[in-house]
Amino acid sequence: MNEVVTATVSRAEVEDLFFHEADLLDNWKLDEWLTLLTDDATYYVPPNDKPDADARFTLFTIADDMVRLRERVIRLKDPNCHAEYPLSRTRRLIGNVRIVGVDGDEISAAANFIIHRFRHNDLLRVFVGHYRYKLRRVGGRLKIAERRAILDAEELGLLGSVSFIL
Amino acid sequence: MNYQPFSHDFVVENPEQQTFFVNREVFVSDDVLEREKRRIFDRCWVYVGHASELKNPGDFKTRPVAGRPIIFCRDRDGEVHALINCCRHRGALVCREREGNARQFYCMYHGWTYHPDGRLKSVPGDTAYGPAFDKDQMGLVAVPRLESYRDFYFANFDADAIDLDTYLGRAKEYIDLVVDQSPSGKMQIISGTQEYDIRSNWKLLVENSVDDYHLISTHSTWLNYMRNSGVNVTPPKGELLPTRGYGRDLGNGHLTTDNPNYRGRPVARWISVYGEDAKADIEAMRNELVQRLGSARAARVADTNRNLCIFPNLVINDGSSVTVRHFYPVAPGQMHVTAWALGPVEETEAQRARRLHAFLTFYGPGGFATPDDVAALEAAQLGFAAYREVPWSDLSRGMGKASDEQLATDEGHLRVFWRKWRELMEARP
Repeated sequence: MNEVVTATVSRAEVEDLFFHEADLLDNWKLDEWLTLLTDDATYYVPPNDKPDADARFTLFTIADDMVRLRERVIRLKDPNCHAEYPLSRTRRLIGNVRIVGVDGDEISAAANFIIHRFRHNDLLRVFVGHYRYKLRRVGGRLKIAERRAILDAEELGLLGSVSFIL
Repeated sequence: MNYQPFSHDFVVENPEQQTFFVNREVFVSDDVLEREKRRIFDRCWVYVGHASELKNPGDFKTRPVAGRPIIFCRDRDGEVHALINCCRHRGALVCREREGNARQFYCMYHGWTYHPDGRLKSVPGDTAYGPAFDKDQMGLVAVPRLESYRDFYFANFDADAIDLDTYLGRAKEYIDLVVDQSPSGKMQIISGTQEYDIRSNWKLLVENSVDDYHLISTHSTWLNYMRNSGVNVTPPKGELLPTRGYGRDLGNGHLTTDNPNYRGRPVARWISVYGEDAKADIEAMRNELVQRLGSARAARVADTNRNLCIFPNLVINDGSSVTVRHFYPVAPGQMHVTAWALGPVEETEAQRARRLHAFLTFYGPGGFATPDDVAALEAAQLGFAAYREVPWSDLSRGMGKASDEQLATDEGHLRVFWRKWRELMEARP
């Protein structure tokens, strides 16, 4: 008989992870941010008109596996990433953090976000939405196996490009 | 509209000097935009949607077309319509949802209802009207002309316009190359819409969509990604086309790039990014193409890329994936872009996933390339604030060469757009 492993986690621990992640992203510490992810992590931004869709059948805004996510970080650090050079200033407010469920060793958690993004020569753009996370313990440390940033806007419109990591 | 000539030339061409200049006032002027709406968007065939978006009777999509609110829908008999979403009574939208399936369109202001083919169905209290009120004449107004080519539907707001087939002309050959990727000749718009604004003039996206000159400087991070993934991004010599690719004049203002592929195609040219698993699958797709089309045509479909611009505002990019995108000005310095992915209806789950993955690597607001295009266009628009001091954009590359020798890195195909633009903007009504 297989041993049934059920994850145990507190909301405080999940909040600590999310707040730490927000801090790393706002400070563009992207290599350090990658260490918060599992080796098979995925990152999704669904299209605004199909927020609940599956990336295998639907055109997303972003649907990265870990290979492409590492490449995205390489790109974002490159001064030839024109959409993010000079870098945007972002400030994330993460709230309403909750643990949604536990399935074996996988924890589902959710949070709301407001990200203000400022750029030289550009409008203030405000990204509002919610996150759906899948978390797993790797060597005792809580890590991100999947993060899905779902925007509330009906269309991107003047949000323009999603060139930084939501 | 009364004819009033521009006070000066906006497009200045000098074959002897081999120069071609565009005055930057055309990117910032409200007057020019107003004239473009009347002379270009109200007279040319403009893209509405694709038949695959309306699978069942009653299906509808609402979207702006040439600035008008349009219901693109299929009636109970399967007929496709483009109805103006505006109640005949007092003008409110009769459908406020993005998409769905409707038995009728209901105006929530006073309760008038319309059939999915546009006919007026019911009017609360219609006994209050006099004898001039004829229900049969009070249906939703259809766009003056709606025609399709291989499932791509276009509208024309000029009832006297030439037919779509004549209008598309030689561009049809390139649409065929896209559609021939499907064994049944049926492509579909894949669910998921990318809608974003660019804070630049709409004409810059026409130029950018077909301009291969900017690839190295604007998209080096994408080229790095491909290189890191083991893809040889150096184009091969002497394959298919004698150079790295051409810019083509297709007549009527339509234009395209015509390039040898060296960065993979879902149909049907394998690259390492797809993974070893995909090799046999892509080989099988390639064999199907050869059997159906013959080896020469199969190579034309599967080994060449095209970024096709249907004048004035539809772009179909057929390369690492297929994107259909159109755009319309919100203001001289802002446009609204709508983009979709297109794929053969027969695609398996694995093939579809591969196509979408390839799409997102380059294209769209979260891709590795499109955001940098947007940044370039917005940087140009900011520069145009100085249009009086620095008035001319230079599109002279390749001016000394014949039309059929224009490379995709020249600007001959961009000049095709501008010459058509000038013709329409300066024509006497």
